[in-house]
Amino acid sequence: MENELALVDWSRAQFALTALYHWLFVPLTLGLTFIVAIMETIYVKTGDIWWKNTTKFWMGLLAINFAIGLATGIIMEFEFGTNWSNYAWIVGDIFGAPLAIEGLMAFFMESTFFAVMFFGWDKVSKGMHLTSTWLVALGSNLSALWILVANGWMQHPVGMKFNPDTARNEMQNFWEVLFNPNGVSKFLHTISSGYVLASLFVIGISAWYLLKKREVLFAKRSMIVAASFGFLTSLFLLISGDESAYNVAQKQPMKLAAMEGLYHGEGKAGIVALGILKPEEEILKDPKHPFYFDIEIPNALSFLAHHSADAYVPGVNDLVYGNEEHGIESVASKMQKGKLAVQALTDYKKFKKEGNDKEAKIALKTFEKYQHVMGYGYLKEPTDAVPNVPIVFYSFHIMVGLGTWFLLLFIVVLYFSMINEIENKRLLLMLTVLTLPMGYVAQEAGWIVAEVGRQPWAIQDMLPVGMATSNISTTSVQITFWLFAVLFTALLIAEIKIMFKQIQIGPEGGH
Amino acid sequence: MFDISLYSFQVYWWFIVSLLGALFVFMTFVQGGQTLLYTLGKTEDERSLIIGSLGRKWELTFTALVMFGGAIFAAFPLFYAVSFGGAYYVWMAILFAFIIQAVSYEYRRKPDNVYGERFYETLLFINGSLGIFLIGVALGTLYTGGNFIVNEMNLSQWTQHSYGLEALLQPFNVAFGLMLFFVSRIGASLYLYNNLDNQEIASRIFKTLKISTTLFLPFFLYVLFYMLLKDTYVYDATSKVVNIESMKLLHTLLDNPILFILLIVGIVLFLYSIFIALFKNNQKAVWYYGFGIVIIVTILLFIVGIEHTIFYPSLSNIQSSLHIERASGSYYTLSVMSVVSLLVPVVLSYIFLVWRSMDKTKMTIEEVKSDHHHY
Repeated sequence: MENELALVDWSRAQFALTALYHWLFVPLTLGLTFIVAIMETIYVKTGDIWWKNTTKFWMGLLAINFAIGLATGIIMEFEFGTNWSNYAWIVGDIFGAPLAIEGLMAFFMESTFFAVMFFGWDKVSKGMHLTSTWLVALGSNLSALWILVANGWMQHPVGMKFNPDTARNEMQNFWEVLFNPNGVSKFLHTISSGYVLASLFVIGISAWYLLKKREVLFAKRSMIVAASFGFLTSLFLLISGDESAYNVAQKQPMKLAAMEGLYHGEGKAGIVALGILKPEEEILKDPKHPFYFDIEIPNALSFLAHHSADAYVPGVNDLVYGNEEHGIESVASKMQKGKLAVQALTDYKKFKKEGNDKEAKIALKTFEKYQHVMGYGYLKEPTDAVPNVPIVFYSFHIMVGLGTWFLLLFIVVLYFSMINEIENKRLLLMLTVLTLPMGYVAQEAGWIVAEVGRQPWAIQDMLPVGMATSNISTTSVQITFWLFAVLFTALLIAEIKIMFKQIQIGPEGGH
Repeated sequence: MFDISLYSFQVYWWFIVSLLGALFVFMTFVQGGQTLLYTLGKTEDERSLIIGSLGRKWELTFTALVMFGGAIFAAFPLFYAVSFGGAYYVWMAILFAFIIQAVSYEYRRKPDNVYGERFYETLLFINGSLGIFLIGVALGTLYTGGNFIVNEMNLSQWTQHSYGLEALLQPFNVAFGLMLFFVSRIGASLYLYNNLDNQEIASRIFKTLKISTTLFLPFFLYVLFYMLLKDTYVYDATSKVVNIESMKLLHTLLDNPILFILLIVGIVLFLYSIFIALFKNNQKAVWYYGFGIVIIVTILLFIVGIEHTIFYPSLSNIQSSLHIERASGSYYTLSVMSVVSLLVPVVLSYIFLVWRSMDKTKMTIEEVKSDHHHY
């Protein structure tokens, strides 16, 4: 049941649209819940009512963000069924479990204690309120853990086995799924990026107040908390980013090659710090020089990918057309084997149905021999295995460049906040305000690297997106795509307007 | 360790899914309250009080729905794939109805909310009416079936281009949807009666409760008798071939007296809650209602999956129909998830404790007005 291209593209577009919108709100929730928990802890420790009011202000903004995060999030879980029903069957036995555990362990925790956090100030003790605030933070981060375990598994499937009788993958080892290195590094990198965004959010708004010469004490104190948090988490973001890239190099070399615009593999490969890619036709003619212009850090890519400055890093062409010297099999060869696996599975089912056990056994043997590349059997051309290189390359470089800038900004803001000079640094304050939207750009860029970079795979090497969609009409998906686009945009406009108004009103104005 | 059969795990998980569905139905008092906003609240303050009270619970309902979906995905992935991927328009409409709920509480009274207060209240009404009605229709298809086929690779396809909307042509599904709509309003009446300290609203609640109960009962009786007495698809335990059996669900109840007794207990608790609210002014009625409705819905969902009953009949090809043995996850996954399910009582316990500590005093208009964060 391979689906027509238009249906696949519209299904991908809808999932991308809903995920991009959802991802506008989730990172802020991940980080801001911790920042308000820290602020409330200071309040409970010091008994200073000023910190309580400060906590309440940031909580108010969190609530506005949280609501739309939930609204855009509910669709994500159900889309695996509505738009990716083949996927839901083929890997649901593994993929469904983390989602269900997320609901039970994280969502209920969040939703139960969320009510206490916002409405329980005068109804429960200080200690219980503080516990509730920390539990909301923990719940939202636990939620991220489970969804990223699931996402990490899609990028590096482990702990399962294909069952030819049910024609699906079945879980064999839950712990392998949970502690999948890809999932763990993804989780750490993603939550730390959320902490960084929340820190940018707090220092950005505080900087705006200082530029307006209002809420000065509130802004300065908030900046110290958020810049400290941002600085520490930025360091962690760098480390986890390195770990994440290492995992990509091991398990998804094509994605790494796209991230770096590397078409022709080499030893002692450098990282392109800055570069402008040539059009694809020109690159095909001269894959050794894919850039009009680039600034390279020598040996850095080899080191990043294999922790050795001399290591060989394969390029896009090596991975597509193969490289005997380095033992890389071509996609064409994998496609041939994959088709044998697909056919063998069909034969196995047919012979089993006919009661021909002997032939079924032979077909099964063939299937088992080639099943590790079965996904390639559904590709039409070898180049189908290549993601959109320019999108992945530029998104990756935007993400890394901005991440570096954020770290520098936190250091400078923290320094001037500590020496109590921050309110006099107007240029720095302006830069801080302008950096806030950049935080969102970096978030979306990171998501694009992760998801566009792994195309065409829904499950790496196993299930291409073309095989994963629901068997519905393209028109149905087009209708819902536009409905989502209109609805989410309308909600986003409301969210931004409300958020701006609340910031304008300020911490003294109530919510 | 314990030697538990795959079938036992499948039955256990069908029970968990049924229980989650029942807890969701109980929590739809939030949606019922949203549809009664202007019936019960005649002034701005009264409406804010109602919204304030429901607003502290809406996320639990939302989460219960997500959990219900997640549990189906993990335990019965083939049903997830077939129903969600086939009855596309119905599920999408339900999702839209819940997306619009999530922002409406928070944004309704906020300055500069772009579309105005009434807009968000309309969204809440749509969520409470259309959303709940369609969930009822979707649940109704567990008894009446869907137009799908499943191939030898267990990949599915819907055979009608209306992608699930054809379910609206089945009177049983419509009755199921309306039953759910009215029961959510009964739940809302009892919840608000328990949670609010406001005489004016309380006096209106009695009237609403009477009307909702009067409208609910015929649909409930129709649904109950239809499902118990209808011809139902069953499968042979060995060959897995699907056949039809007359009054199968009634037989299941009679063969399992404990289920039959529980169903009667649930119905009695449900009716008793309405009686003591209306005639004894008992504000604790919502708890009897809660236990009653959870028991009723759990049993009615549970019996459609056990005793070799088809829980999702295919109207396009009888042999494509789904039963728990065909649709379930693997032994390993169900056993892992069963360990995880031990957390359910823990989760229910902390929800209960938080609910009790937050609701120990009844809400008043003054409290809503003085609250720093309000809806």
